[in-house]
Amino acid sequence: MNRLQVELPGLTLKNPIMPASGCFGFGKEYAQLYDLSKLGAIMVKATTLEPRFGNPTPRVAETPAGMLNAIGLQNPGLEKVVTEELPWLEQYDVPIIANVAGSETEDYVAVAERISKAPNVRALELNISCPNVRCGGITFGTDPKIAGELTRAVKAVSSVPVYVKLSPNVTDVTEIARAVEAGGADGLTLINTLVGMRFDPRTGRPVIANGTGGLSGPAVKPVALRMVYEVSRSVSIPVIGMGGISDVDDVINFMSAGASAVAVGTANFVDHFVCPNLIDALPDRMDELGIRNITELIGRSHR
Amino acid sequence: MIRNEHMKVAGQREIARNIYELVLEGELADEIKEPGKFVHVRAGETLDPLLRRPISIADYGNGRITLIYRAEGYGTRVISEKGLHGQADVLGPLGNGFPVEAAAPGTKALLVGGGIGVPPLYGLSRRLKEAGVEPVHVLGFQSEDVVFYEEEFIRLGETHIATVDGSRGAKGFVTDVMASLGHEFSVYYSCGPLPMLKAVAEGMAGTEGYLSFEERMGCGIGACFACVCRTDSNDRGYVKVCSDGPVFKAGVVTL
Ligand SMILES: Cc1cc2nc3c(=O)[nH]c(=O)nc-3n(C[C@H](O)[C@H](O)[C@H](O)COP(=O)(O)OP(=O)(O)OC[C@H]3O[C@@H](n4cnc5c(N)ncnc54)[C@H](O)[C@@H]3O)c2cc1C
Ligand SMILES: Cc1cc2nc3c(=O)[nH]c(=O)nc-3n(C[C@H](O)[C@H](O)[C@H](O)COP(=O)(O)O)c2cc1C
Ligand code: FES
Repeated sequence: MNRLQVELPGLTLKNPIMPASGCFGFGKEYAQLYDLSKLGAIMVKATTLEPRFGNPTPRVAETPAGMLNAIGLQNPGLEKVVTEELPWLEQYDVPIIANVAGSETEDYVAVAERISKAPNVRALELNISCPNVRCGGITFGTDPKIAGELTRAVKAVSSVPVYVKLSPNVTDVTEIARAVEAGGADGLTLINTLVGMRFDPRTGRPVIANGTGGLSGPAVKPVALRMVYEVSRSVSIPVIGMGGISDVDDVINFMSAGASAVAVGTANFVDHFVCPNLIDALPDRMDELGIRNITELIGRSHR
Repeated sequence: MIRNEHMKVAGQREIARNIYELVLEGELADEIKEPGKFVHVRAGETLDPLLRRPISIADYGNGRITLIYRAEGYGTRVISEKGLHGQADVLGPLGNGFPVEAAAPGTKALLVGGGIGVPPLYGLSRRLKEAGVEPVHVLGFQSEDVVFYEEEFIRLGETHIATVDGSRGAKGFVTDVMASLGHEFSVYYSCGPLPMLKAVAEGMAGTEGYLSFEERMGCGIGACFACVCRTDSNDRGYVKVCSDGPVFKAGVVTL
């Protein structure tokens, strides 16, 4: 019995560690560094219906123990992802979680329907932190009704389980969590980045060309842990936790807070081998803590 | 192959005001096949500063690499204190460097650098010289106190220095010096701030050229899309500075 194994809707994970969307591209670059089959899963870069160029540069800025990014969902578009990126990943024994983004419900539905049929895509992750052009640009993920309806529409066409990625930029994250659960979500992933800014004292202007950016990295970890804790208590679907994870105790703590598995984003830029290193470090740390199977950790703070 | 190595600090010294020469020892050095590539250096061992800093490989060989960097911001100031800890966490070599073979033996090549864009031209000049090409250097700095490697470049070939305030060499910009050279160049190479690259490319229009770009980075290996520039030269409409560059043929990146 593999003591790191975790079973989730659509996913049999060899271990609970996966790179987070947007921090790992479609895997090619990190494949130069290590064998991707080692990973529990891979959350690939957001895919939109049409190719997107993204925002002007500078797109990133460093902040205390964190970073801001405003990449603008740059990606090659559904067609290229389905015909080139995903087939390339088939050489690895690793389930793919496809991150789906759009500007209106129809975009999400079209991407979800097709991408969920790719043989190695075992689950979708709906990125609902996108502005909804039909509703005056308000973010899908900040309105429980819109988030729930989007989930329902995507569930209706998806061939694989649907996880919804929650935005932390809301007053009550549990309200959105319950709305997407009611919409039929099979699981939740959280957190996406927190909207932030950094200024240049010489020019008096924001450092990021887009003005605002999404904050990630160790700086957001306490917020992420709190949200994973609250959300996992208020829904009965599993949660994949993320936000500032960089060491093995972070993994343990996110799982204790209620996550069934975790994703690692920004830390991949700091230690490019962080994912395999965490996977290797887990068994020893579990021994020290007297944990036989990793699943014993899930939500133990609630018990 | 890209390595992540804790390289041994073989030496570090301040060679001009706030400009440091850092020599590192390790296996990574043997992976470098062309000048102009860069390494992604971790600044410190804690989670703050968080991101790695991209620094060009100024020179390489005999199991060593030389980095020359300006300690200006938070991270580079931490790196300038690295000597004390004895090792540096380095990822590399990264990116695509300068094509030495673009210059035919027996011809002259023009190398134009500005400020912290000067370092990779040193490794390039050495390789050009080894290949039988005659390098001519035009190096621009703000002022005399930040001029570095003048002697080293002079040893390799004709060298012109320009400073903005005229405190050393010609007063003005590298382009002012270029206009007065009167040589025939088979190819030019340049690294420096964007306005300089633009002016150099305009001044050398019609000659084959290679430009090294700077952009803010996240991953440094092509995965995060932080460092893109517009291009008309491929159907994607963009290139990534970290993995497609940092050196591009003149004309590839829309200036
Ligand atoms: C391919 C490449 C090669 C480079 N080679 C050299 C070199 O040989 N010598 C040298 O002195 N400098 C070089 N630079 C510039 C160097 O990366 C920056 O000066 C350095 O990152 C600034 O960090 P800091 O800690 O001083 O500033 P901070 O203000 O603390 O930096 C904050 C963040 O912004 C980024 N950043 C700030 N300025 C720049 C910049 N000009 N370019 C890219 N990122 C920046 C930092 O990497 C960091 O992520 C190179 C840049 C690139 C992209
Ligand atoms: C550069 C960058 C790009 C990102 N792109 C995406 C994306 O395309 N889709 C998405 O759902 N999340 C994206 N994210 C958010 C991450 O997946 C993750 O939720 C967040 O960064 C928090 O985790 P971390 O602190 O470990 O990075 C991105 C984050 C970063 C830093
Ligand atoms: S720095 Fe991540 S793609 Fe270039």
